[in-house]
Amino acid sequence: MDYFTQQLINGLVLGSIYGLIAIGYTMVYGIVGMINFAHGDVFMIGGFIALITFLILISFGLTAIPLILLVVLLVSMAITALYGWTIERIAYRPLRHSFRLAPMLSAIGMSFVLTNYSQVAQGARVKPIPPFITGGYTLHESTDGFVIQLSNIQIMVVVTTVVLLALFTWLVSRTRLGRDMRACEQDQTMAALLGVDVDRTISMTFVIGAALAAVAGLMYLLYYGTVDFFMGFVAGIKAFTAAVLGGIGSLPGAMLGGLAIGLIETFWSAYFSVGYKDVAAFSILIVVLIFMPTGLLGRPEVEKV
Amino acid sequence: MSGDKILSVDRLAMRFGGIVAVQDLSFAAERKKITALIGPNGAGKTTVFNCITGFYKPSGGAIRLTHDDGRTIALERLNDFRIAKQAKVARTFQNIRLFPGMTALENLMVAQHNALMRASGFTFLGLIGAPGYRDAEKRAIDLATDWLRRVNLLDRADDAAGNFAYGDQRRLEIARAMCTEPALLCLDEPAAGLNARESAALSALLLSIRDELGTSILLIEHDMSVVMEISDHIVVMDHGVKIAEGTPREVRDDPKVIAAYLGADEEEAAAVMEGGS
Amino acid sequence: MKAKPGIPSILKTAFINALVALVLFSLMVGIRTEAGASGQLTYWTRFGELASLVGAVFGGSIVIELLRQWIGPTGAENLVPPAVKSGMSFIGRYLAPALLIFTLLVPVIFYDQRYILDLAILVLTYVMLGWGLNVVVGLAGLLDLGYVAFYAVGAYSYALLATNFGWSFWVCLPLAGILAAFWGVLLGFPVLRLRGDYLAIVTLAFGEIIRLVIINWQDLTGGPNGVSGIPRPSFFGIPLDNSDDGLAAKLDIEYSPTHRIVFLFYLILALALLTNWATIRLRRLPIGRAWEALREDEVACRALGINTTTTKLTAFATGAMFGGFAGAFFATRQGFISPESFTFQESALVLAIVVLGGMGSQLGVALAALAMIGGFELFRGLETYRMLVFGMAMVLIMIWRPRGLIGHRAPTVYLTKAKAISSDLVKEGHG
Repeated sequence: MDYFTQQLINGLVLGSIYGLIAIGYTMVYGIVGMINFAHGDVFMIGGFIALITFLILISFGLTAIPLILLVVLLVSMAITALYGWTIERIAYRPLRHSFRLAPMLSAIGMSFVLTNYSQVAQGARVKPIPPFITGGYTLHESTDGFVIQLSNIQIMVVVTTVVLLALFTWLVSRTRLGRDMRACEQDQTMAALLGVDVDRTISMTFVIGAALAAVAGLMYLLYYGTVDFFMGFVAGIKAFTAAVLGGIGSLPGAMLGGLAIGLIETFWSAYFSVGYKDVAAFSILIVVLIFMPTGLLGRPEVEKV
Repeated sequence: MSGDKILSVDRLAMRFGGIVAVQDLSFAAERKKITALIGPNGAGKTTVFNCITGFYKPSGGAIRLTHDDGRTIALERLNDFRIAKQAKVARTFQNIRLFPGMTALENLMVAQHNALMRASGFTFLGLIGAPGYRDAEKRAIDLATDWLRRVNLLDRADDAAGNFAYGDQRRLEIARAMCTEPALLCLDEPAAGLNARESAALSALLLSIRDELGTSILLIEHDMSVVMEISDHIVVMDHGVKIAEGTPREVRDDPKVIAAYLGADEEEAAAVMEGGS
Repeated sequence: MKAKPGIPSILKTAFINALVALVLFSLMVGIRTEAGASGQLTYWTRFGELASLVGAVFGGSIVIELLRQWIGPTGAENLVPPAVKSGMSFIGRYLAPALLIFTLLVPVIFYDQRYILDLAILVLTYVMLGWGLNVVVGLAGLLDLGYVAFYAVGAYSYALLATNFGWSFWVCLPLAGILAAFWGVLLGFPVLRLRGDYLAIVTLAFGEIIRLVIINWQDLTGGPNGVSGIPRPSFFGIPLDNSDDGLAAKLDIEYSPTHRIVFLFYLILALALLTNWATIRLRRLPIGRAWEALREDEVACRALGINTTTTKLTAFATGAMFGGFAGAFFATRQGFISPESFTFQESALVLAIVVLGGMGSQLGVALAALAMIGGFELFRGLETYRMLVFGMAMVLIMIWRPRGLIGHRAPTVYLTKAKAISSDLVKEGHG
């Protein structure tokens, strides 16, 4: 039971990170109707920028950890958001009204560009950082000595995710930008006729998605203590799986899917085998889609004849 | 009504969630006759069509198709492609669904898929170029050519269907449905978007399908001049229920029908009253 | 019509672009991090590189803006004058036979150039993979992002059957195809009713599952270490080696390792041509027409009595089978296979070949494979920059020609004259 609880905590933390990335996928899919294959790599870039900012701040002699974290968060979000914006401008906007496969191929190409750009610019080796946020709480200690740990970093990941999710839900449901986004999701032509700046709205979608991915990148860096140029691919696929699992286009679905994938992966590793954890996640995706073709929270598709 | 029924719909109901699209609808279509299903917009006509042709599974009721040989098929139990394949019901669509990137001839060849699949020994005989398949393909091309001639598109056989004018696409879609050699042909607003001359040609085409080939036709139509001219029997629907049926003359004079159309749309009501006279 | 922007506005655009580049590259290029010997991270600055990159963006923006003014807003399509276009269609008619004859002669012309022969074999392998995937994506309009899984199934089928049971290549080749097709059906059966991007992601997941199972099932597959010592193919039972039973000895000619390379070349050429022949043939059969009709309009297919599930399944299985053949060939050519050869990048590469070729066009796919793999080889010297350039090329090509190189479809049957159909009319399918 203790072991189970510990794995539950670990799974929820991992799921939060996946959920943050998945929101970016689901938003872009909702509005533009394309799988943004480069999004996983945007997450990776976010992690790298956080790492570099950390390094600079520390070498400048900063020691106040909350201040460092805040600066790192803001810098990483800002620069990564600009990456998201640039990618949309270069690789997707010219293809917006093109054939469906063209933007997908362009996105796959962009993903290769980002992966290898990062490899060329920062080298292929894994980059570790020393643990910043240490300590935690012991929730329970059983008689046989097993300890349920809740570390500060785990608390931070979950709290950040919850805060961001709340902020984001408010943004989509209450602000003008959110309304424009929902309008574009329904009907871009009509939205444009009613005075919504579609180009700007789509750009903002990519910017917000990238900023959230940057947060996920920072959390990943803090939680696992490393980044590398290839981490975007696997995390990206799993986050996309999470988005599809939750029902693509649905924001709560993305978060739910993220948590589901995080839990599946963690429990599979804990009770069965580490090697097959991704197989488990992907298999469950396939099974869910067979029985619920539009995911857990997706709207059912009505066939128009 | 009397006579030999090819299709009988009995207490058909279709609900989407809480919305009742069709309820307690019963009517029949006679063999080798043209039956029209009319009614104001949103009356549930296309829903009935989708139930008959297997795109929707009815929430209740029965749909029986009786073939010439007396074989009766329960359409509500068949789904999807089996209605076209086994029950031999063919249909067209309100918003034309051709294969736009394929030529007119290819469109008609695809319609003969099931017959050709058997002839090609489920691809294996065809792959090695067995002579039996070549003959079958030649016959299929002949049938397609014949239909292209009937709908007056023979000179455009090798053009992509997506390039055709609207009226030509409508006729090609009817030809494609006929290439499946159906027992019952269901047409969803075949005259929509046609001009007067094209409508007249369509009427002639449908009458020739009935008289020369003896194919039964069920159609949904808004163009009353077409409906009144060619229909043998008319079923009028409004708000998911049948409000009247009978010959064109009976329906035209029915006060309930006029009221339904007046309530819906004055222009259409005027069309009902003037149509065919 | 918008007025042409003047020099100040061009400079302004370029300046903004340079500013964006400065922010983008500031940390990623301006700072280089590296883990030291003790695991401690260190960094150093690279402001020189940063400045030159930003300068390049500035200069590049000016050049692009000026080019845009000269060409006008119509884009690159109109760069080609009509005379050249008609000339190209003339070339197009003779290109395929000319290319085939040239390919047949490659081992004769380049007999002494091992490098070119190897490259040609590689290109042909991708031509075959492209043609195989073309059945699924180009004809049936089903988006498959996990095609490499079938390539892997074929490769491992041959490798394991040959190393464990000593079966010959010629027995294993059809088996590899059948097994791959079997897996295609197994995957296809539950998932083919999914639409569009859902199908794409499920096939991607399937590709990853196969790779991960190969990595983890070490007893069977050797895990990450792969399978080595895979037997080389024989000339229908006669080995191609330096022994007394070898083909060289039997023909009484001097043995040369090139014999085997030339044999492999003609083997993959034959396999690729078989794929091509079968595809062209299938297109003219009812099943092939049903595939294309499915791509055009699935609902209409159902209304015509076509069983869309089995039609999709046959497309999936046919594509998978060709992938399996190619995989078996890959295994026998390499003599060693490992999971690293079957990553998502391979799937993406083959898909890029199909899309770049112009979906559904056999010649287009062959040309695209030549351009992609050949181009990839040109940048071999650049090492890590290679994938970077490749990715950029993918983006640029899609923007330049979203419908691929060959932009029309040939009808499968005609009454009087076969007229090419513009790809603007041809649908992509939704699967």
